[in-house]
Amino acid sequence: MSDPKDDLKARYRKVAYYPGCALEGTAHAYDVSTRAVGEALGLALEEVPDWNCCGAMEVKNVDPKLQTYLSSRVLSIAAHEMKADVVMSPCNGCYHNLKKAEYDLAHDEASRATVSRLSGKSGHAPYEAGEVESIHALDWIKHGIGEEGLRSRVKKSLSGLKIANYYGCMYTRPRHIFPEKDKGPGSDSTLKPHFMDDLLDAAGAQSVEFALKTACCGGAHTLSDSDTSTKLVLNILRAAEASGADVIATECPTCHSGLEMHQVRAEKVFGEKTNVKILYFTQLLGIALGVGPRKLGVHENVSDGMAALAEKGIA
Amino acid sequence: MAIHEQSLIRPENVRKHDRLVLDGIDVSGHWSTFIEPRVVTDYNERLQDEIAALPGGEHIHRCWQCGSCTNACTVNALNPDFNPRFWIYLIRTGMESELLRDKDIIWQCVSCNKCTYACPRDVFPEGVMKATAHWLELKGHTPPSPSTLFDQEFTGQVIETGRIEEGRILRRFFARTGQALKQDWLIEMARRVARRMPVKLAFAMGKATLFRPRTRRWAKARTALTDYVHERESEHRKALGLGEPKAGGTGAADAARH
Repeated sequence: MSDPKDDLKARYRKVAYYPGCALEGTAHAYDVSTRAVGEALGLALEEVPDWNCCGAMEVKNVDPKLQTYLSSRVLSIAAHEMKADVVMSPCNGCYHNLKKAEYDLAHDEASRATVSRLSGKSGHAPYEAGEVESIHALDWIKHGIGEEGLRSRVKKSLSGLKIANYYGCMYTRPRHIFPEKDKGPGSDSTLKPHFMDDLLDAAGAQSVEFALKTACCGGAHTLSDSDTSTKLVLNILRAAEASGADVIATECPTCHSGLEMHQVRAEKVFGEKTNVKILYFTQLLGIALGVGPRKLGVHENVSDGMAALAEKGIA
Repeated sequence: MAIHEQSLIRPENVRKHDRLVLDGIDVSGHWSTFIEPRVVTDYNERLQDEIAALPGGEHIHRCWQCGSCTNACTVNALNPDFNPRFWIYLIRTGMESELLRDKDIIWQCVSCNKCTYACPRDVFPEGVMKATAHWLELKGHTPPSPSTLFDQEFTGQVIETGRIEEGRILRRFFARTGQALKQDWLIEMARRVARRMPVKLAFAMGKATLFRPRTRRWAKARTALTDYVHERESEHRKALGLGEPKAGGTGAADAARH
């Protein structure tokens, strides 16, 4: 019998890529760094053609099943047109919504009926639960390459860099839409996720104990209730600094831009200055793999991560 | 009644007497604190059914008041008045006027789903918060919250083009809520990015503003989704015993057309 780990390595070598709207806009750097890391690791990405927005955190408030349809259309294209087995999204919002659609279509007759009706009217075959596997960029690298594989490819160790790994809400909650998590060794934990810690530690960094890994940044109300978001982000930034971190690694464009934006807002509006830098985990992995910082979009970040890296002699 | 009836011990219902003698016995001071008797007659017996008829509220009847939701709540940690467990209690007992005391903060739920994670009864409290905020607006108890305006702007753009363009959302949301784009902190952010941002990226962003990103093969979906949203809006209004909305409403499907 073959090792299930090897099966995943083969399965994730080439995946359908769903970047989503944020990665075409404010999180452009997350898109380029994800592609660059894939290239450096020999993992191939094929973009889902004519993809649409997943509905982020907004459409569900107008109607949850409308959001289920939006995600199902992306899955339908991946399954039926691309004949893909796996869809990978680096964005927590997209990943979360694909998983939510998968769960609803597997368990709720009313969701199946709505998706079937809207797919028919929109002129494509409805997506049916189980046709493709939806994964996050963390799963893709963790299972597609693994810590050993990563260690052997590191060209510039992140040695000396202390990192607070921040996963936010949508990677782990609500638990029922992530049936593959909390399955013991080899799976990620919804209470204390560690895939990002594992990967960055393999790249030589030192992940710190960080109590607010899955705290909320207030991303849903980043503009509609800015003071609440600023207070929540400030908690996260202060906790990261208190845990000794030089940088916060992110794996969600909403969290990333929320942390950056409200770090500035906290300084300007509340007079609360924090110095911890914010980088996408793919930017940090890319640097460790020897990719140039500009190719990883580090200069596009609001938070000046280059200074922190230069200080440690890393970039 | 148990402690979950916190409205009984509001300051205005608590009576203390500096000097009080009853039947010749001095009962002055803190130890003889009385709670004003109160009679509630304005129960809305349909309240739970109305919330349960809106998306997210379906499972409210399962709540057994353990308080895990409030204990886990992100917003409660910032504002103790934000109390999902208490609001679920008020809805289930039909105490509408008590619920309305908090009408202006219920929309502030950040959807972090910590409550849903903690709930032992699968009530999905996050959904209940959204259903309740939706109910308050449909019934006319509150104007559309900034969050609702944002959701409508966002959903309208998705229905229209299949994708969103963040700059457009920001500009239109600020216009709808009457906020100036020239805020100190936004300018500071732009300044920090501009220091390092290459011309290439500025060009790409300009292009996105002029030529909005669109999903190809979307025309049929646009029609189907517009109809669907209108259909759902009518269903929700009907469930609450309300008539059809006025023409030129503020819903997401209408936002798409403007």
